[in-house]
Amino acid sequence: MTERIVVVGAGTGGIVLANNLAEDLATEIDAGDVEVRLVNDGEDHVYKPTWLYVPFGEKTPADATRPLTDLVDDRIDLTIDRVDGIDTDDKTVSLAGAGVDESYDHLVLAMGAQVTPEETPGLAAGGHHFYGPEGAAALRDELAEFTEGHLVVSVVGVPHMCPVAPLEFALMADAWFRDRGLREDVDITYTYPIGRAHGIESVAEWAGPLMDDRDVDVETFFNAERIDPDAKTIHTVEGRELDYDLLVAIPPHDGSDLVREAGLGDDGWVDVDPNTLEARGADDVYALGDIADLPTSKAGSAAHYAAGALADRLASVVRGERPTAEYDGKTVCFIESGTDEATYIAFDYEESPTPKPPSKLIHWSKLGYNRSYWLTARGVL
Amino acid sequence: MSETDVGADVTVDAIGSSCPGPLMDLIGKMKSVESGTVVELLSSNEGTEDDLTEWTEKSGHELVDVVDHGDHQSYYVRKR
Repeated sequence: MTERIVVVGAGTGGIVLANNLAEDLATEIDAGDVEVRLVNDGEDHVYKPTWLYVPFGEKTPADATRPLTDLVDDRIDLTIDRVDGIDTDDKTVSLAGAGVDESYDHLVLAMGAQVTPEETPGLAAGGHHFYGPEGAAALRDELAEFTEGHLVVSVVGVPHMCPVAPLEFALMADAWFRDRGLREDVDITYTYPIGRAHGIESVAEWAGPLMDDRDVDVETFFNAERIDPDAKTIHTVEGRELDYDLLVAIPPHDGSDLVREAGLGDDGWVDVDPNTLEARGADDVYALGDIADLPTSKAGSAAHYAAGALADRLASVVRGERPTAEYDGKTVCFIESGTDEATYIAFDYEESPTPKPPSKLIHWSKLGYNRSYWLTARGVL
Repeated sequence: MSETDVGADVTVDAIGSSCPGPLMDLIGKMKSVESGTVVELLSSNEGTEDDLTEWTEKSGHELVDVVDHGDHQSYYVRKR
């Protein structure tokens, strides 16, 4: 009887996992003993870190996408459809388009995170963001016309995808306006919800003096409660008001109603064991990437490394072996600190990161990796 | 202290969350409740008390009581 692994979502976590499984289980798949099905609600894979560069005119939304058919191993059954239900008792997922229930022996959830600006009153109308292709393109058009005034980069939602992107955006904007000779006419303020500039303490210690050097004002304990788009004012839970001319917000994020409805996580993120990635709410269900409630950042690299470990575990399980591979929380994030220099952080569940001094070499390494990312998606890098 | 007379209108369970998760969970709830509402935050993270004290002093919301349950604490915060 064929053992069936169903992966929902073909972002970084889902596609790297599926391609690793295709390699690890090639013999079993070719013999018809194992089937790996990858379900995605669109025909393209999206590399989200590209969107950071769109507002500055360095990339386009199209640069972030490739057809899944170019990236997915031939041994994978690729299904373009939307999953609209998960039944962990019957071990099925329902496909909205086909109107059928697909059975699974092992289910991996990798649907990513959604941005929900509508959660904060006035934010959708009064703010911009770069957490999607349309938003990033609209922000590019707005920035191109912005020659003077107060730019506010505000982290509204935590947790959010790509934990260092808000810092990167503020520092890149500073350099971008300097390069264009406009910086003296543009004030920049960066706001963060807790009492320092970033959730990771060492990153906050690194970023604070850098923001000071760049003349970027940092406001902490700043939690937007509502935005007044007409007055262009942010009102916070702390009772403060901040006027802006251009608001770039990191919107609130959400997991998935599928997760809530299946009893896999009350707040939409899948409650998992952080090492084995097994869901705590059902047997034979796993989660990785942004949809998993893990004590690390919601970052593509975390999804990438988790996918390698989970592929090894699943390959062992279907072979009847005891799985020993575990995800240790490994995460690596490049951090752009301007338009021509960058640093990076590497950390795991045990070790805190230490940002290195920014350099042009790391900046070019980041741009180089962004181009070679498609090899990661194919499971090669 | 192991008990309180403070009645909570809403409870946010952040037991097991690491810093700054508990404070962020509380702030998320504070955005959606009315003025005067008392929110109970359950946390087992040792950094929560300092974070919360600093935030309430800065924000004007009131930390009205803290109850130690041994393996976790209850923090009662009234929205101003």
